[in-house]
Amino acid sequence: MMQQSYKLLLTAAFSLFLILFSGVSFANDTTLNKAEEHIVSGKSENKEEFNVTETILEHIGDDHSWHLWGHTTIHLPVIIYSDKGLEFFSSKNLVDEHHQPVVYAGKYNYKLFENKLKVVKVDGTLDEELTKKTWDFSITKNVASLLITVFILLFVFLRVGAAYKKRGVTSAPKGLQSFMEPIILFVRDEVAIPTIGHKYAKYMPFLLTIFFLILLNNFLGLIPFFPGGANVSGNIAFTMTLAVCVFIVVNLSGNKSYWQHIFWMPGMHWSMKLFLAPIELIGVFVKPISLMIRLFANITAGHVLVLSLICLIFIFKTVYASAIAVPFAVFISLIELLVAFLQAFIFTMLTGMYIGMATEEHHHTGDHDPHYNEA
Amino acid sequence: MVFGSVAAIGAGLAAIGAGIGIGQIGKGAVEGIARQPEAANDIRANMIVAAAFVEAVALFAVVVAFLGTK
Repeated sequence: MMQQSYKLLLTAAFSLFLILFSGVSFANDTTLNKAEEHIVSGKSENKEEFNVTETILEHIGDDHSWHLWGHTTIHLPVIIYSDKGLEFFSSKNLVDEHHQPVVYAGKYNYKLFENKLKVVKVDGTLDEELTKKTWDFSITKNVASLLITVFILLFVFLRVGAAYKKRGVTSAPKGLQSFMEPIILFVRDEVAIPTIGHKYAKYMPFLLTIFFLILLNNFLGLIPFFPGGANVSGNIAFTMTLAVCVFIVVNLSGNKSYWQHIFWMPGMHWSMKLFLAPIELIGVFVKPISLMIRLFANITAGHVLVLSLICLIFIFKTVYASAIAVPFAVFISLIELLVAFLQAFIFTMLTGMYIGMATEEHHHTGDHDPHYNEA
Repeated sequence: MVFGSVAAIGAGLAAIGAGIGIGQIGKGAVEGIARQPEAANDIRANMIVAAAFVEAVALFAVVVAFLGTK
């Protein structure tokens, strides 16, 4: 009986949730349609329509300035390399006091289009050809956040490393050291040793670097204000860099039997070998690509979820919507804490598995019988 | 009239697929743990990895849907 009423309650809560969300999608549609109507009729209204998609995309994207609170913003430096040489100026010059993009006259005329720096012609229109020739090396929000992460990691691990040097590995850890030791041992015992085997020690620095870099970036991304707030691990360029590192490490440590299993699968008929080679070759590239997309999509999806819940308040245009939106946003944020750890773990685990596959010793000597069930 | 993107339907379909998949994984893991409680840790670790694979496929679809809305 107790269980049944509990079930009923769950059903009711779930239906309420569904109704709420269908309501949101309709509200969303009407605002969009209104916005479109305005554009079609050419009316210029001072009051801007709230656009959910635009707001969310702006928040998960990269930016040339870092908003702290109220009207306080850090204007990060812009670094541009073009055929006229290197240029260096503050991103303060790119926006006016109303945060609207303005043209900055450097060696070329620059203007922000959707937070991306582009070259404009004298009449203010976009110059595609020159934009392609310029290289934007700016310290953006993501880069700044990544630098903060690097400093935190260096600070923590240099201290922990020094503590081990001083006290040795056999004495009990102290302070920061005793906080980090279980996490490092977790990576060693749960990830490195089961996946790679007895050669794990060589790959531990790489796995630990990947694990802690992703973990810290995921956590910082969940903090809504200053030291966090940048969506670094939800940026596909960042995850691609990690994936390329994994690709290089895995393929450089690949032994003879790894390459043999790709190009000339042992224990198969020759026609099957010809058939399998291209598939295995694609697999070499698909593995890091799946790593890249998994991390990017998981973190981005989490951020979009939290942001859309907060957007509910602005869609309904009433502060009472926060009674529903804020608890749900907190709930999702808590789940995201789990996801942040899980994704760092999965990335490291799969990297370990790929390295394990590449360095595995096969003993095929004297065994020429087909063994089709081999993984 | 209903307005919106077809991409949302795609994302929904992907969520159904992933839901079934992760449900199956959870079922298998719980049954395994019930039969062999001493293997719970190993089963849980493998369950998480398998769930991540399934989830990744769903998220590929979400990314495609995301790009489709532009």
